[in-house]
Amino acid sequence: MGNTLQQPFRTAVLVLVWGWLLFLVFTPNLLVVGASVMTRDPSTFISLPMNLDAYRQLLNPLYLDVFLHSLYMAAMTTLICLLIGYPFAWSLSKVARKNRLLLIFLLIVPFWTNSLVRTYALKLILATNGLLNNALMAMGIIDEPMQMLYTEGAVIIGLVYLLLPFMILPLYTVFEDLREDFLRASHDLGAGRWSTFIHVIVPLTLPGVLAGVMLVLLPAMGLFFVPDVLGGSRNLLVGNVIKNQFLDARNWPFGAAASIMLTLAMAFLMFAHRLSKRRIGEDGV
Amino acid sequence: MSRWLPRTYLTLVYLLLYVPIAVLVVFSFNDSRTGYEWGGLSFRWYEALFNNRAMVQAMWNSLWLALSAATVSTLIGALTALALHRYRFRGKQVLNGMLFIVMMSPEIVLAISLLGLFLMVGLQLGYVSLLLAHVTFCLPFVVITVMARLSGFDERLPEAARDLGASDFTMTRTVLIPVIMPALLAGWLLGFTLSLDDVVVSTFVSGPSYEILPLRIYSMVRVGLKPEVNALGTLLLVFSLVMLMLSQWILLRSKR
Repeated sequence: MGNTLQQPFRTAVLVLVWGWLLFLVFTPNLLVVGASVMTRDPSTFISLPMNLDAYRQLLNPLYLDVFLHSLYMAAMTTLICLLIGYPFAWSLSKVARKNRLLLIFLLIVPFWTNSLVRTYALKLILATNGLLNNALMAMGIIDEPMQMLYTEGAVIIGLVYLLLPFMILPLYTVFEDLREDFLRASHDLGAGRWSTFIHVIVPLTLPGVLAGVMLVLLPAMGLFFVPDVLGGSRNLLVGNVIKNQFLDARNWPFGAAASIMLTLAMAFLMFAHRLSKRRIGEDGV
Repeated sequence: MSRWLPRTYLTLVYLLLYVPIAVLVVFSFNDSRTGYEWGGLSFRWYEALFNNRAMVQAMWNSLWLALSAATVSTLIGALTALALHRYRFRGKQVLNGMLFIVMMSPEIVLAISLLGLFLMVGLQLGYVSLLLAHVTFCLPFVVITVMARLSGFDERLPEAARDLGASDFTMTRTVLIPVIMPALLAGWLLGFTLSLDDVVVSTFVSGPSYEILPLRIYSMVRVGLKPEVNALGTLLLVFSLVMLMLSQWILLRSKR
């Protein structure tokens, strides 16, 4: 391919692609890192001198509470998605191939549809005089409508509803690759069902689990419109704090520091995912 | 494991995923103002929607934005995929990594970083800032779709074209583009839908001069229930579904 070096087409393509990514991905991210170590300024957003005040503010009990609560809701969301998604992906991988296409199609539909609209649809169901309360009262299970909207539970339900497919798809991929002969070998070597599950199936599906966790946990801290629609003012996500700092409170350094925390969490999860894949590569083949 | 257990389970989860959507669609035809009880079949909310001038304007803005964002991201995404597939160059891993980061990082992180950039270079928030942002988050999805198509492609074809004296540009135009056409269409449709549905990034990079649909919905649903949103949501769902089916159909047909 030596002669392609002089090709103007190749140069043009590479300049365009690099230009776009450097200007719209690399520089902006650098700016966020820069902003996080600057001083808040009401008129120019950020100003010198440089300091770590924003990071110190992250540890302020007021915000720490919000972050921990957000982390708790995100962790619950991830756990519920995993508990629903794991057996789901397993069952899906056992469906006959020609039906599976349709089922997977039904799973990616949510990815293509408006998540705000779907969050709003949940509101119709969870409202005090909404469908679920009416149904429960009609069945005589409860006498008075329960407060379901504007609770922590509502936010978690909303997040699970939006993010479940993102847990299922990577899990489905690993279950599809799971080789039947490994399971048979484990059985032949005298392992029971439980033992096979713990020692064979779980380790082999771990990369899928971690990929799913990554795809659920992080958005579950950022999707600020879910608490806005379902959660009320007491159940905020890190995303709400970031949005508030950038658009309302105008404290850019603090908002930037909070978003860097999210990015670091992402980097950590990606690292764990890599590690688990490598381990399987060594042990599995 | 018996056969009915997994099946029942799958059905149950699909029901949970689709019941809210079904409720929304049914209620969009509900005549009742309160939105909780059934008050008879009616198209009044659809009428209300189209009689609302600002709403119609926001629809056009959104459609135009999605159209342009999908087109630009398909162009750049396809070129990126071709470059990654065909060329060896320094920093290829870095390029790959940046695309991966855009796709994986929480939308809100991308959103604030772009807001910072636009304010720093003094770009007025509006159509242009929205377009740049939407193209950026659509880009990795187009690249992936096209790369998938290229990876299953006979390498001897471009070599043959080259041997027959075609330049890189001619070879791309006459050999590669036809091969990746289905992926381009699918990527375009995905980009269109992603742009049309985006709330998080748009919240940050849009200005009062260019109001778009998702943000209008957002301001409507934050307080209480609005029957018009049911109608609007239904329209958006149907629209996205058509786009998705179209893209799957294109991809499936091209495989045969």
